[in-house]
Amino acid sequence: MNSEEQTRAPGTSDADPQPLDEGAAEDFLRMFNRGADFLREVIQENQRLRYRLASVESQLESGAGAPADDRVAFLEKELSSWKEKYNSLLSRIEEVEEENRDFLQRYMEVEEENNNLANLYIASYQLHSTLNFDEVLQIILEIVINLIGAELFAVYLYESKSDSLQAVASEGLDTDKFPKVKLGEGDIGQAVAGAEMALFEDRLALPEADLEQPLAVIPLQIKDDTIGAIVIFRLLQQKPRFLDVDRELFHLLAGHAATAVFASRLYTESERKLSTMQGFIDLLTKS
Amino acid sequence: MSRNVLIVEDSPTMRQLLIMALRKIGDLTIDEAGDGIAGLQKIREKVYDLVITDINMPMMDGLKLVSLIRQDERHRDTPVVVITTESGEEDRNRAFRLGANAYITKPVRAAQVTRKIRELLD
Repeated sequence: MNSEEQTRAPGTSDADPQPLDEGAAEDFLRMFNRGADFLREVIQENQRLRYRLASVESQLESGAGAPADDRVAFLEKELSSWKEKYNSLLSRIEEVEEENRDFLQRYMEVEEENNNLANLYIASYQLHSTLNFDEVLQIILEIVINLIGAELFAVYLYESKSDSLQAVASEGLDTDKFPKVKLGEGDIGQAVAGAEMALFEDRLALPEADLEQPLAVIPLQIKDDTIGAIVIFRLLQQKPRFLDVDRELFHLLAGHAATAVFASRLYTESERKLSTMQGFIDLLTKS
Repeated sequence: MSRNVLIVEDSPTMRQLLIMALRKIGDLTIDEAGDGIAGLQKIREKVYDLVITDINMPMMDGLKLVSLIRQDERHRDTPVVVITTESGEEDRNRAFRLGANAYITKPVRAAQVTRKIRELLD
């Protein structure tokens, strides 16, 4: 339809329509179809935009739509990941700290054990370092003073003639001040007769030492024979109680001090007898 | 460089325990003396980086030895450790007044000696 055809003539109205010719109808139909196509395109575009809008709204709702939101979401994800790693590291640190505490505890135990073994080794080494009876007694005193921390104590030896124990070396009091002890009598006599080490730790709190009330009696034994005892009456002021290593030292002394005392006494006696015999032989051969 | 340590102690048992404790520290040359006079003789012959002494000893006690060590120009600043059975405050104060750097009471633990000596040598 051209402009002229669409223009109404002056003096005409809608109530008086003019009949259309065939060409005009075709033009109208073509124009109508174009309008229909355009309308379809608009509808499609509308649908597309509605779909896009729905999609954007959906993205907005999920928080992953706009670039800033993407970044926030990414950072949140990263943060979450780092938090997981941080918690994992914290957990690992706690495990390592626990292991360290465990190692420290073990190290202290090993160090304690080393100390104990060192003391036992030194005691054993020193006891067997000489065959001189007096030196052996001196070493026993040194061990009891320096390694156990006793202040008043004595080494008793058994005398079969009197069936009693006689002090032969001591610390804190002259040796002759320690009374003889009949085997089987009192705490000392009973412990030696029973060949059992006896500790009276309840007496550690007593204000004064009593020669009838020992703190510890350590019988000196060679197999089933008891040859004497180490009897402790008082510990040094700075030594409030017996320790585990003391008990181990007592067991070591019970055996090693006994053999050292016995061997040295035997050796000293044999040396004396040998000397006497040598003198006798010299006397015979000279005459 | 090896450091020189002198042990002045009349008990062979204690000397052995102290030597065992010192061996854990490492490069040390350890000399021994059985009484104060012998200890003083060694101090006059050689310069020591540390001296350990007992108090109750024959010939000369450890406190006298400490005071004589301090009179020796070469040992004026040498650390001196007193190891003794005497736990009284008076003995302790006297030892520090005379110039001792540490005071350890018996019975001693090897680890305790090692720690103290290491601290003084460092």
